[in-house]
Amino acid sequence: MLYSQGEMLEKILLLFCLSSALAENLCRPDASNGYKVRLSIKRALGDEAYVWNQDEMFLFRATLAFAMRNHLSGQDFQVSNILVCDETPRVSFWFIVTSPLDATRPVGKEDVEEAIRKSRSRINSAFLLTDQTLEFIGIIPTLAAPVSPDTPPWLIVFGVVMGSVGAGIIVLLVYPVVHKRLKKDEEEEELEEEEGEEETRRVKTMENGAAGDGAHNLSFTDDERFTQM
Amino acid sequence: MAETADSGVKERAKWDNKAQYLLTSIGFAVGLGNVWRFPYLCQIYGGGAFLIPYLIALVFQGLPLLYLELAVGQRFRVGSIGVWKSISPLLGGVGIASMIVSFLVCIFYNTILSWVLWYFFHSFQNPLPWSQCPLNENRTGYNVECEKSTPVNYFWYRETLNISTDIETSGSMHWWLVVCLASAWCVVYICFIKGIESMGKAVYVTATFPYLVLTIFLIRATTLPGATDGLMYLFTPKWEILKNPQVWLDAATQIFFSLSVAFGGLISFSSYNPAKNNCERDAVIVGVINSATSIYASIPIFSILGFKATNVYNSCRMENILDLTNHFELAEQNITLENYDQWFDHLNSTYPDQVASLKLRPCDLQKFLDQSASGTGLAFIVFTEAVIEMPGSQVWAVLFFIMLFSLGLSSMFGNIEGILTPINDLKLLPNWIPHEVKTAIICMICFLTALLFTLSSGNYWVEVFNGYVGSVPLLIIAFFEIIGVVYVHGMKNFSDDIYFMTGSRPNIYWKACWMVISPLMLLVVFVAYVVVQAQKHPTYPTWNPNYDEFPETKVIPYPDWVFGIIILLCVVPVTSIPLVALYRLIRRVRSPDRGDLNNYCNEGFEIETQEQNNRRT
Repeated sequence: MLYSQGEMLEKILLLFCLSSALAENLCRPDASNGYKVRLSIKRALGDEAYVWNQDEMFLFRATLAFAMRNHLSGQDFQVSNILVCDETPRVSFWFIVTSPLDATRPVGKEDVEEAIRKSRSRINSAFLLTDQTLEFIGIIPTLAAPVSPDTPPWLIVFGVVMGSVGAGIIVLLVYPVVHKRLKKDEEEEELEEEEGEEETRRVKTMENGAAGDGAHNLSFTDDERFTQM
Repeated sequence: MAETADSGVKERAKWDNKAQYLLTSIGFAVGLGNVWRFPYLCQIYGGGAFLIPYLIALVFQGLPLLYLELAVGQRFRVGSIGVWKSISPLLGGVGIASMIVSFLVCIFYNTILSWVLWYFFHSFQNPLPWSQCPLNENRTGYNVECEKSTPVNYFWYRETLNISTDIETSGSMHWWLVVCLASAWCVVYICFIKGIESMGKAVYVTATFPYLVLTIFLIRATTLPGATDGLMYLFTPKWEILKNPQVWLDAATQIFFSLSVAFGGLISFSSYNPAKNNCERDAVIVGVINSATSIYASIPIFSILGFKATNVYNSCRMENILDLTNHFELAEQNITLENYDQWFDHLNSTYPDQVASLKLRPCDLQKFLDQSASGTGLAFIVFTEAVIEMPGSQVWAVLFFIMLFSLGLSSMFGNIEGILTPINDLKLLPNWIPHEVKTAIICMICFLTALLFTLSSGNYWVEVFNGYVGSVPLLIIAFFEIIGVVYVHGMKNFSDDIYFMTGSRPNIYWKACWMVISPLMLLVVFVAYVVVQAQKHPTYPTWNPNYDEFPETKVIPYPDWVFGIIILLCVVPVTSIPLVALYRLIRRVRSPDRGDLNNYCNEGFEIETQEQNNRRT
């Protein structure tokens, strides 16, 4: 054997310490491949805010591992590949993603950014937060496309208002003309009836004789009707 | 309108009841200016202290002029042109001047109403369109112009007006503004279609609805947080401001324009009254209600402005809190609005460099309260911004814009009346044209002229018209009105007329005002106004996204040709006064035997004899 058991153990221990030291060195503030995360739980949830503890941190690392798996399919990211450091009471920290194949090699910034962009809504919903309250400093959230209905709503209101105003104008202009015409027709009919009645009345007066003066009162009332026209 | 075909004289239209007449006059006097000009003046001129010059101007200038107009209209029972011709044919030009001014005011006033309609149509959306910035072309961020200013400013200047950078750049007509303008004119037309019959029914709604909405707003606004700050700011009197003569000038001009005298509309309205009607009481009622409305309206306006200032102040401080919390990695909500000051002092003393590097915004509540606005700025920028913060924004926006529309519509009635009645009196359009068609022709002409305001530079033109048409010509017309009635018609004749109408002669207060105080005040106001305006070349604020200090408006002087147009707008309406007087003098000189010049107005002569008969019996 080239190495004794004791030397083997030493080498393994050295490698282990080195790798963990490297790992710790990988994650530091302003790391070139790392991102800063800031959570504003109280602002988002108010009274229903949960307390940030190590279990929540575990969820975060797991969610991020999921996001990396989603983006780089085939690579089995584990929770241990997500290194976190510099936690503050603000609830902000730095994280860095290492490759599952080599724990010392960090994954490139672009890949991490793409992965997070793709799964942003899943990450947000895991923590009941939004783009504004779960911030990845440096990754700008894509803005939601505005909802534009086919007919602008203002045209609908305009159509309703103008339709009623236009209908009102037409009614107000046409109604007196129609009313006058109807009245004229009615009065023509009445005229014909009256002429007919007058003839019968005149016949009556001739028959009654002295009572004919009374009948003249009727023609007096007829006169009033004529002047009104 | 009762027409007795056999007598040959069309009996004059009349009001259904006294309430219609009062509501129409009050509606005419109470307009947009009561809501968005008076509170602004109150604010910049020392709050409660402004009420003193305002009330003095009301008592010594506003009420006498109002009483005078209502009395002559009721006495002579014709529109403004007929009234002045009856007093003296040399004064016929005063009526024509009123008509021209009414026309010019009509066209820009209805443009403002079309903007109100536009905002009203847009208030039925969730979220309100002026609450968010639209995205830019490649969807990576928000529109640059909107980001630099505010969404509310962007919606007003870009999406509504699509304003150009100055008045010389005319741009093109915008279809959406043309459509809104057409709707505004259609609404005016439908209310006026049957003359005062239809208008009298419309004013039951348009004159009373604003009061209802103001009351609702009053209740809502006074319960908003920060309302008391706004109210205290408004009403705390600053007495030393009364030493500034500009305050008195502005108070006098405000009362004058607020009462809508010299437009001819009030004369027309009172001409439809029965001959014996207590116009003194009417004048006092209208004048007092107009001023009371101004004061009443300023309470909810200022509560809402206080609410808005408090919101801006709080969000300014919240931004700073967030910056501090993020930078110093403190736990959330350690710094709150309450302990912000202590934390700030502590951090500033411990880490002054870091705090300075954050460039925190200075948050001063007084500065935010000082940001005043009047006119369209108040309604379409400040108020719409405040409405976004109120819960149930759509409801408040809809109510507010309907209120503005009613206020403006009832004032439009008076303006249109000031055009229609003189046209009927002058018989410019032949009698066989039905009244509806005449009204349609007038509305169409006004609409076509107002298309100027739908250009990109339209808002700048509206400001030109607003500032100059409705100021100097009215002062001159009012001055000639008072001189005409008191000195040409004669105080004794006028007292007799009033005795005939109300049953008592005017007392010493009215006489003193009419003969001395009001003409003097008018003259002083006119001269001071002209002097103040002439001292500086007029300038105007422009919306220029390329300006260095954007979103501040760039103030540039009017170009010379616009200045020439301004002079024309001030002078042309009043040129009719000397021109008509000259014309009549020449005719009198040419044919001296035609002494009785009243023969020109046969109807007036006939009605006068009828009334003389009534007087004798």
